[in-house]
Amino acid sequence: MTVPAPPLVRRPAPLARRRAAAAYIVPFFVLFTLVMVVPIGYAVWTSLFREESSGLGFGGTETVFAGLGNYADALADPALRAAFLHIVGYVVLYVPLMTCAALLLALLLDSAAARAKRLFQLALFLPYTVPTVIAAIIWAYLYSPSLSPVMDWFDALGVTVDFFSAPMAVPSVVNIVTWHYVGYNMVILYAALQAIPRETLEAATMDGAGAIRTALSIKVPHIRSALVLSLLFTCVGAIQLFNEPYMLTVQSEGVNRDWSPVMFVHKAAFVDHRPGLAAAAALLITLLAGALSFAVTKLGNRWKAA
Amino acid sequence: MSTHTAPGPTTRPPVPPAGPPRSAPRAGRPGTRPHRRRGAWTSKAVVNGVLALFALYTLMPLTWLLVASTKDHGDLAGTGGFTFADFNLLANLGALFRQGDGVFARWLLNSVLYFGVGCLASTLVSTAVGFAFDKYDFRYKEKLFGLVLLGVLVPSAVLVLPQYLLASEAGLDNTYWSVLVPLLVNPFGVYLARVFSEGYVPDEVVEAARMDGAGEWRVFRSVGLPMLAPGFVTLFLFTFTASWNNFVLPLYMLSDDRLYPVTLGLAIWSKSSQQNPEFAMLTIVGSLISVVPLVIAFVCLQRFWRSGLTAGAVK
Repeated sequence: MTVPAPPLVRRPAPLARRRAAAAYIVPFFVLFTLVMVVPIGYAVWTSLFREESSGLGFGGTETVFAGLGNYADALADPALRAAFLHIVGYVVLYVPLMTCAALLLALLLDSAAARAKRLFQLALFLPYTVPTVIAAIIWAYLYSPSLSPVMDWFDALGVTVDFFSAPMAVPSVVNIVTWHYVGYNMVILYAALQAIPRETLEAATMDGAGAIRTALSIKVPHIRSALVLSLLFTCVGAIQLFNEPYMLTVQSEGVNRDWSPVMFVHKAAFVDHRPGLAAAAALLITLLAGALSFAVTKLGNRWKAA
Repeated sequence: MSTHTAPGPTTRPPVPPAGPPRSAPRAGRPGTRPHRRRGAWTSKAVVNGVLALFALYTLMPLTWLLVASTKDHGDLAGTGGFTFADFNLLANLGALFRQGDGVFARWLLNSVLYFGVGCLASTLVSTAVGFAFDKYDFRYKEKLFGLVLLGVLVPSAVLVLPQYLLASEAGLDNTYWSVLVPLLVNPFGVYLARVFSEGYVPDEVVEAARMDGAGEWRVFRSVGLPMLAPGFVTLFLFTFTASWNNFVLPLYMLSDDRLYPVTLGLAIWSKSSQQNPEFAMLTIVGSLISVVPLVIAFVCLQRFWRSGLTAGAVK
């Protein structure tokens, strides 16, 4: 403590402070342990056991130790591999699409030619306020050939698209997620653009740089850290994809009940009643997600520094 | 907008137009004037046209939802998506709230409990813990904070499985608590709250409050919390959106439909509407009723999400 204080006030402070700090920290970490640490430990424990039907004809099951058998099963399961491949396909389509759309919108909104900026910003952000499950419900109607005005537009253009067909599974999901998040990402990037010092932009204009040139060589490099952040959220979100494909399973031929890794976990636990397999798969996904966040952050930091 | 047209209320110096005439922005020579103005007009049209196109894309599904909610089941399939038919909204609302002994109203109340009260409590917890991490020194502080950051990395959609397995083992699944307690722990919220506390609450102010004889609780409640108010609202919005999109948690934990939040209830109606078409209308009207308060809330809180949601990014 650097501030001089009369001893009477000063001396009891550290104890009171330690107590206060404990009063904030301790209950939180009790909850943290209960909600995060213990469940993860319990998942590890569960993943080591397997349900096997007892061969006595009673139809019951018994729990037997399986070692790493569930991990081997999960890794060998073609459904889980297919689920990861769906996510790869999803990321390949979604990440460039989202990044380009959000960046384009932010740059357009930041350009001097844009009018009614607040109104546009609000309109673009609005889908973010809709819960993803409800977004998926609405889009499922808009994909449905019997109800959808969108399908009528496609028909009018002479294009036949069946959003519920197997090849359209990834694009259908990508569209819902893009609709939901594009405005949110745009707001992040736009706020970063607004923070660029005006002298920098004036200097570019003085040097004769046009609007497009300024956008590409001044504005985009300036908002790298915001771009990295939105990329990070996008990648971490991708591995957790559940709500949108889950809501499409009934209608879409291409989206089965274990279409994404998190859906695989849900199906293993609730449909197949194999908690050991579900836990093993959940832990594998957690490891992958952690490694991915780590890699993207590292990569992002290098890019930021460059 | 070029320098020649009437400048609107911009915060920035005007930037030359993004239109095709690359040669134009060479200082205002009289000969190039008409050319420049036309260039400015095209670039304005292109920029606003593209923005309008995207706005059409984001607003179209919500407009469809609004129009569809006013129709009866026959008109839903029989009339165009954006043309009004017989006005049936009130009858639809009546059917919605009568369905299953008024279970929809119950879902709305549950949602207020989970996402309103639950998130308020969660935000308060995160703010207090973030404040403590910033303003107090204690043993293992940075190690504990590292643990919190590790918690940020754990995907919540995956964590739900072990949470459920444990809760069902303890017989605590299918209760309000099974959804509320996991929502209280928000590692990312704690991280953000520490950043906010470092940014908004100067150490000197805390020290001064102590010199004036304020107790530690008083320091947080009367000094820290009011200074953190903008951060608190931002954090609340974050927690709020994260929790209502955490559909997996109630899906795993709850089996009694009287405990459902509105998202889970509508998801189940939507899925059953494949067999029972009358649920389609209920799902559509129910979705509208759930979305309207959220839209209003976000329109009212624009100040906070416009700049606030990015507080983490600016850091």
